[in-house]
Amino acid sequence: MIRFEQVSKRYPLGHGQRVVLQDVNLEIARGEKVGILGRNGSGKSTTIRLLSGAELPSAGRVVRDMTVSWPLAFGGAFQSSLTGRDNLRLICRIYGKDHEDCIDFVSDFSELGAYLDEPIRNYSSGMSARLAFAISMVIEFDCFLIDEVVAVGDSRFHQKCHEELFVKRIDRSFVIVSHDTEYIRHHCDIVLVLRDSTFHRFSSIDEAIENYVSN
Amino acid sequence: MRRELNSSLSQSWAIQRRIIFALVMREALTRYGRHNIGFLWLFVEPMIFTVGITIFWTFTKAAHGSDLPIVPFAITGYSSVLVWRNIPGRLSNAVLPNVGIMHHRNVRLIDIYFARLLLETSGVSMSFLFLTLAFWVVEWTALPEDVLQVLSGWLLLNWFGWSMGLLIGSLSEQTEIIEKIWHPATYFLFPLSGAAFIADALPPAFRDFVLWLPMVHCVEYIREGFFGSAFVAHYDLGYVVTCCCVMSVAGFLNVNYVANRVVLQ
Repeated sequence: MIRFEQVSKRYPLGHGQRVVLQDVNLEIARGEKVGILGRNGSGKSTTIRLLSGAELPSAGRVVRDMTVSWPLAFGGAFQSSLTGRDNLRLICRIYGKDHEDCIDFVSDFSELGAYLDEPIRNYSSGMSARLAFAISMVIEFDCFLIDEVVAVGDSRFHQKCHEELFVKRIDRSFVIVSHDTEYIRHHCDIVLVLRDSTFHRFSSIDEAIENYVSN
Repeated sequence: MRRELNSSLSQSWAIQRRIIFALVMREALTRYGRHNIGFLWLFVEPMIFTVGITIFWTFTKAAHGSDLPIVPFAITGYSSVLVWRNIPGRLSNAVLPNVGIMHHRNVRLIDIYFARLLLETSGVSMSFLFLTLAFWVVEWTALPEDVLQVLSGWLLLNWFGWSMGLLIGSLSEQTEIIEKIWHPATYFLFPLSGAAFIADALPPAFRDFVLWLPMVHCVEYIREGFFGSAFVAHYDLGYVVTCCCVMSVAGFLNVNYVANRVVLQ
């Protein structure tokens, strides 16, 4: 379970502040697949960072009794001057895993070949996305956070990601934030619309999507 | 609150040690790489600085106001400067280059600071140690008369550097003015820091003035350990410990304040 209790998040601006979330409540149960639809700048990524615990709320409380991933396939956590292999080592050390156990999977899954020993700055965007996804699959979590669509690489790679995430790990919780209604429709049981600093709930997925599209 | 809620203190400690180790390895690798001498730069870099100053002072016969041997005088003095000057510099504006890694919940601002503090302290300490031994081998310096006093003085100086670092580092995230002030301040502090003089050689009024600076007490104490009874040292360890305590508490509180408000995007 992850629970937002009266959570508010405000960021200071040059003058005044921007209220991203205002007194919101939210609960994600074990195994639940929650989609959050929102326009650009509505606070989707902020929600993800509060769920993961990377940022703290300005007011209220975030309670969690599950392990929560970092935003999936998020390449920003990489050090561009380090090689793919060194980045894997870093993530493994942070999560207390032996990277020797993971290297075969990452090498195989990311299909990087010799590039695994090149600095990430020499990667194409597709290559770094593939590495990011592969490393994300090395650490196990109860709840996976997905910021935008995990459609990296070509359609064959996309299929591999789908298999790894939504087939092998179907027992886990997912929180997907996106503005892609079809992606959310396919993967989520519950859909919320994030607008005006709060989550809007609907009785069905179709209703949520219709509300999102028409506003 | 950031760690798993049900984790015990010892688990948190284990996680924190793991994270700091991971960050130290990453920092060493990104800063020095695996090319040429790699990790060795960690202490070769401060060694080069210290040797440069030592040679310079030897040739200019720097007027340090005593007949203490110039080589160990320069090594103790300049190594001390590296501690109080470089540590706060290294901790300034540390959030921005670490925004990515901080998306992993267990990686907190204080861990990033600790990793940099450990690297900085071990680099300067190894430089201090190796230079002393190297110059001793070629008989340019004697070994310290009281190794324990040198060691405790060195630890005290590093405590001062750490507390200063936490304070300057966290303040630099709140206002840009801090870095703009700290950088020139190091230039003004250098001639006052006790690196290039012994307090006993100063006019009493000026001596009382520079003894407001905690690092002067540390350098005096370290040099007394080094040279023993060869000169009269001026220090008040109680004053230094008090300063360090106050600055450490202020530093930790402000790091916590900044960490709770860190913005990752």
